[in-house]
Amino acid sequence: MKRTGPVIFGFLIGMVMLLQYFSPHPTLLSTYNLILDWKQVVFGMTLILGIVSLVRFHSTKIRRKQDGWLYSIVTLAGLVAMSGSSLVWGTERGFYPWAFDNIQAPMQATMFALLAFYVASASYRAFRVRSLHAGLLLLAGVIVMLGRVPLGELIGITIKGQHYALPQLSTWILDVPNLAAKRGILIGVGLGMVATALKILLGIERSYLGKGA
Amino acid sequence: MERKRFRLPDGPHRQMRSRGSLSKPRFFIILGLAGWLWLQAAAALDPPVLTSIEDRPNDAGTGLILHWSPSTEDNPTLQIIFERRHADGVLDTLEAIPGVDPRAGGEIPSSTIDERGLEPGQMVSYRMGWFEGEDTLWSAWSDPIAPQIQWVNGERASVAVALVLFAGILIWFVLSARRGRTFFIRKIPGLEAVEEAVGRATEMGRPILYSPGLDPMDEVATVASINILGQVARKAAEYDTRLMVPNRDPIVMAVAQEVVRDAYTEAGRPDAYNADDIYYTTYSQFGYAAAVCGTMMREKPATNFFIGRFYAESLILAETGNATGAIQIAGTDADAQLPFFITSCDYTLIGEELYAGSVYLSREPLLLGALKGQDAAKALIIIIIIIFSLLQIFGIDLRRFLG
Repeated sequence: MKRTGPVIFGFLIGMVMLLQYFSPHPTLLSTYNLILDWKQVVFGMTLILGIVSLVRFHSTKIRRKQDGWLYSIVTLAGLVAMSGSSLVWGTERGFYPWAFDNIQAPMQATMFALLAFYVASASYRAFRVRSLHAGLLLLAGVIVMLGRVPLGELIGITIKGQHYALPQLSTWILDVPNLAAKRGILIGVGLGMVATALKILLGIERSYLGKGA
Repeated sequence: MERKRFRLPDGPHRQMRSRGSLSKPRFFIILGLAGWLWLQAAAALDPPVLTSIEDRPNDAGTGLILHWSPSTEDNPTLQIIFERRHADGVLDTLEAIPGVDPRAGGEIPSSTIDERGLEPGQMVSYRMGWFEGEDTLWSAWSDPIAPQIQWVNGERASVAVALVLFAGILIWFVLSARRGRTFFIRKIPGLEAVEEAVGRATEMGRPILYSPGLDPMDEVATVASINILGQVARKAAEYDTRLMVPNRDPIVMAVAQEVVRDAYTEAGRPDAYNADDIYYTTYSQFGYAAAVCGTMMREKPATNFFIGRFYAESLILAETGNATGAIQIAGTDADAQLPFFITSCDYTLIGEELYAGSVYLSREPLLLGALKGQDAAKALIIIIIIIFSLLQIFGIDLRRFLG
């Protein structure tokens, strides 16, 4: 039962979700919405598990004085301060919105801003001409980047009275070879998704249940 | 039927006044004649016609489609208004459609109304009218009609056919595998490197970090990632190497804990399993990125796995891991993030390779059959694309042959 129960349950729920895609009937639609509501309930319950995990993980680090244990104190203090203040004053006033606007949001923006520097370092590595492929990548990258800036409009060649500017070549690279490769990947991804979903529905794929299941 | 007289627009009068070459008496005679003709036209104005009302197909019994036509081509510029009458007599006024003046060369914009938001089985009647100012010329009420619930959405029939075909191919290959047929699977470097990556961590005495992505458990990419995690955890248990799995979603964390625990048990090392190593961080996207980057900088894992669905944080994670000198294996079906992983990681599972991961690592015959079925379906799609491309190139319209 430990092996077959979850598989049968997964099959039944999966079939309901699949059938409702092909049927507009309100019964299936309400069942679909009910399952989504259950999912929210399950999420709420597992969030408690997540908080327990977080507290255990960081309290262990503090207790054992592991590397970075001071950060764990900050994490736990933040958890207590944010949840405590929202319980006392709500999320609209008091410490919670202040901390969100002045601590959390700037920190998130800082992390996102780091992306600019990482793009520079990654581009440097990617565009080093070490092989024919890297050379082609560099050439395509230069054309696309120049084609997207006003300077690119001034660069081009004239053949038989017809002027071909860099932006046209840039657009062609994006719309033809780039899009062809992208569509190839997307077709594979689509088939892979359907195949994985079918394998789970039919009980062929059970790794997500653990081997012992 | 209620019939009211219309107040007419005065535009033509002004146009005539602007013609200064006419004498005053003649101008008033013509003006009077024109006005009389206009009044005659207004008096003869026919009401609009609701030609038919039909149930909207492929819906949950909440819609109707109203077809209507203007009664004559010479109607003046008027708005069209619809009214809905329920069985209990309640009247609703529907949105007015701006009228078009045929004299100005305009055309009536549409002759159908897609009515939505009705109750299934509830009887309703409709009428429509020409409307200007306070005057309205109404058509007769239509016969009562009730929207009907449909069981099948016919618009998605092609998807159903493709799905059944694909499922058929998949099942056929799975049954072939069950009968003992063996399949060849091409080498996937990223998955071949898993053993080497785990071994490297063991030799260096450092942990392995596995990120299952940011999406919740109902995303197929996350399911595929968890499947691969099971295989990686098994190898980590066999090599007695610490495996850390920071999670963004608590449901994914719970599933990951189960999968890793089972992998350790199956490898004969249940004692080595530590639930605290599969931990929750935060639901915030960049908070998660900060937590994982911090772990990489502090713990210096020898091997990083980024497998699942990632977004803008992909490059932040991969570049930080690269800076720590870890061997990195990434896999995602997010095509926008693939270039970042390819640039910063040693191996990248591109798109569908992510879904093949657990099959490739476990080598279970049934799953290999399913993978081969997937390849066969892809081959079929490629053949269809080539055939239709050739037909297009040679200008052959298949619809002509199909009638």
